[in-house]
Amino acid sequence: MIDTADNSLATSTASYPIVVRDLGHWFGEDEARKQVLFDLDFAVDAGKLTVLMGASGSGKTTLLTLMGCLRRVEQGSVMLLGSELHGASEPTLVEKRRHLGFIFQAHNLHDSLTAMQNVRMGLEVHGERAMAHWQDAAAHLLSALGLQERLDYLPAKLSGGQKQRVAVARALVGNPDIVFADEPTAALDKDTGAVVVHMLKQLGRERGTTTVMVTHDNRILELADRIITLEDGRIVDDLRRP
Amino acid sequence: MMRRLEAFFEKLTGRLPIGWLQLVHNKMRFGAALAGVAFADILILMQLGFMGGLVDSIKFPYHQMSADLILSASDMNTLADGGPVPRQRMYEALAVSGVKSASPLYYGKIDWKQPDGTVRTLDTFGIDPARVTFATPEINAQLDVLKLPDMALLDRRTRNVPKAVFQRIDAGQPITFEAKGRTLTVEKLFSIGGGMTTDGYLIVSDQTFLNLFPQRAAGAPNHILLRLDAGVSRDAVAMELRQRLPGYDTAARTIDEAITKDTAYQTTQRPVGIVFGFGVAIGILVGCIIVYQVLSTDVADHIREYATFKAIGYPQSFFLGIVFEEALILAVFGFIPGVIVAMLLYALVSSVTGLPLNMTLVRAISVLIGTMAMCMISGAVATRKLARANPADLF
Ligand SMILES: Nc1ncnc2c1ncn2[C@@H]1O[C@H](COP(=O)(O)OP(=O)(O)O)[C@@H](O)[C@H]1O
Ligand SMILES: [Mg+2]
Repeated sequence: MIDTADNSLATSTASYPIVVRDLGHWFGEDEARKQVLFDLDFAVDAGKLTVLMGASGSGKTTLLTLMGCLRRVEQGSVMLLGSELHGASEPTLVEKRRHLGFIFQAHNLHDSLTAMQNVRMGLEVHGERAMAHWQDAAAHLLSALGLQERLDYLPAKLSGGQKQRVAVARALVGNPDIVFADEPTAALDKDTGAVVVHMLKQLGRERGTTTVMVTHDNRILELADRIITLEDGRIVDDLRRP
Repeated sequence: MMRRLEAFFEKLTGRLPIGWLQLVHNKMRFGAALAGVAFADILILMQLGFMGGLVDSIKFPYHQMSADLILSASDMNTLADGGPVPRQRMYEALAVSGVKSASPLYYGKIDWKQPDGTVRTLDTFGIDPARVTFATPEINAQLDVLKLPDMALLDRRTRNVPKAVFQRIDAGQPITFEAKGRTLTVEKLFSIGGGMTTDGYLIVSDQTFLNLFPQRAAGAPNHILLRLDAGVSRDAVAMELRQRLPGYDTAARTIDEAITKDTAYQTTQRPVGIVFGFGVAIGILVGCIIVYQVLSTDVADHIREYATFKAIGYPQSFFLGIVFEEALILAVFGFIPGVIVAMLLYALVSSVTGLPLNMTLVRAISVLIGTMAMCMISGAVATRKLARANPADLF
């Protein structure tokens, strides 16, 4: 079913939303300095669901934060949506993040804001034009996630899975080019997990939204277009569905 | 109400008013913060009120004088201190062109024993009843009465005297009281009002004054009031007088200069003035500490949310905006109860002490602006905690 992917980057980098080359990363200072990522080279396909796998401590989260402009690239190169992240200024990184959607392990909802208002925060960052029909957009997305009855609830009044779905809506409402998710299904219940992944796949087909997700969930692995496996900071396996 | 305010702040900030929503979400903390800001404002407004009352009460006697210039001892700070001025200076001054007339003013303090044994301090002016010293008609109408020995005019705003006493006098029944071994008779009243250093005022003739204060020499009043010809420059004549009169014993000032000197002295050299200034500083400090505590705790409590917003792509200015939004809300919403309570206290203190405590628009606006600045500064310090919001820690 799954073939070993061709890792060569012969094709133009422009058609890939993310191109990683010779990426290395260290943590700590002096004696404690430790390399956690080694010479990574790969490109992520547009509009596809790419899954990162690997044992705990293998560097998946670190890789995700580097690609997601949440951590500075110190060695090698990450081209994200056509911009080099290595050496990019803080404002550039902030601007880049607006094209991304993050689904964290924890929901990180703002407890003073209703579900609608939390989702609104994902839209307001794009400025006034994006806000024109924010209520429709937010309500539509929350309804698609089964929260139509909970629009004006504060997080304290929502269950764990409901909160996570609000966080998903917040990540998707701004029409991100790339969605990064780190083990989101840990916090999503079974049904919601499937709903969210199907939604991401649909966005990939309809809008070309690219998803990079860290997960070990078998149900999601079945839906993945590509599975990259890390071991001690190195890519040891890269499988693409034909 | 809350919805209205939320909509109002949304209009004002042009975004979701997160600062407002965060504040009202934690009602206990919001209430405590507002109480803290209100308390600081009350402290500041009371101190400024006392200071203003002090300054106003300093001006009152000057404003009733019929004078353009005042000659005083060169070491004079207030109406009450400084040595006597040689009467000869009065004639020298009258020789200066532009000076129309002059009147001596004697100053002393007498105690007015009340039936209950307590004492009211009266600042006592001795004036020449043949000349006009004060501009107040109710004083000038009584100059003939003052010519009789031991007759006095009493300040109807003298502090802590039963109203009945003044009503009696107004009804035509004179009162008498013992002072300095003499019996003074009060047939008529006038109105100035006490200050920090006196309960009220008494006016007697220069003859009566010298009987009350036998150690004082007739030739040496405390001040000499000068009236100028119409259209003459006060400053020019004051300058001329300074050149003509020996500076070692006599200083010539316009009334405004004398008020300025008196006020500066009483507000910055006297303990009362310094205490009030200190009280204002304490108020500001208390306000800053409370606002800083509330805002920095609030930032710390929302570090994860802020880190999430950073990941979403909000710039640093957005987070500063939230903190400043909160700071300004605390300033304005704390100021409103603060100024209301302060006005009630002003009325209370005025009625009890007779000190003129009035809320002026300028003072209220200054304190509001000061409160905003205070909250903004505390907010600015609290924003240092924002640096801890690191989106890389969220995964
Ligand atoms: N902030 C950090 N400081 C120091 N070491 C870190 C930090 N984050 C991760 N590491 C180390 O980097 C390695 C990779 O971690 P991580 O990317 O979280 O792996 P994974 O997500 O695959 O479990 C681990 O050895 C971990 O201990
Ligand atoms: Mg991880």
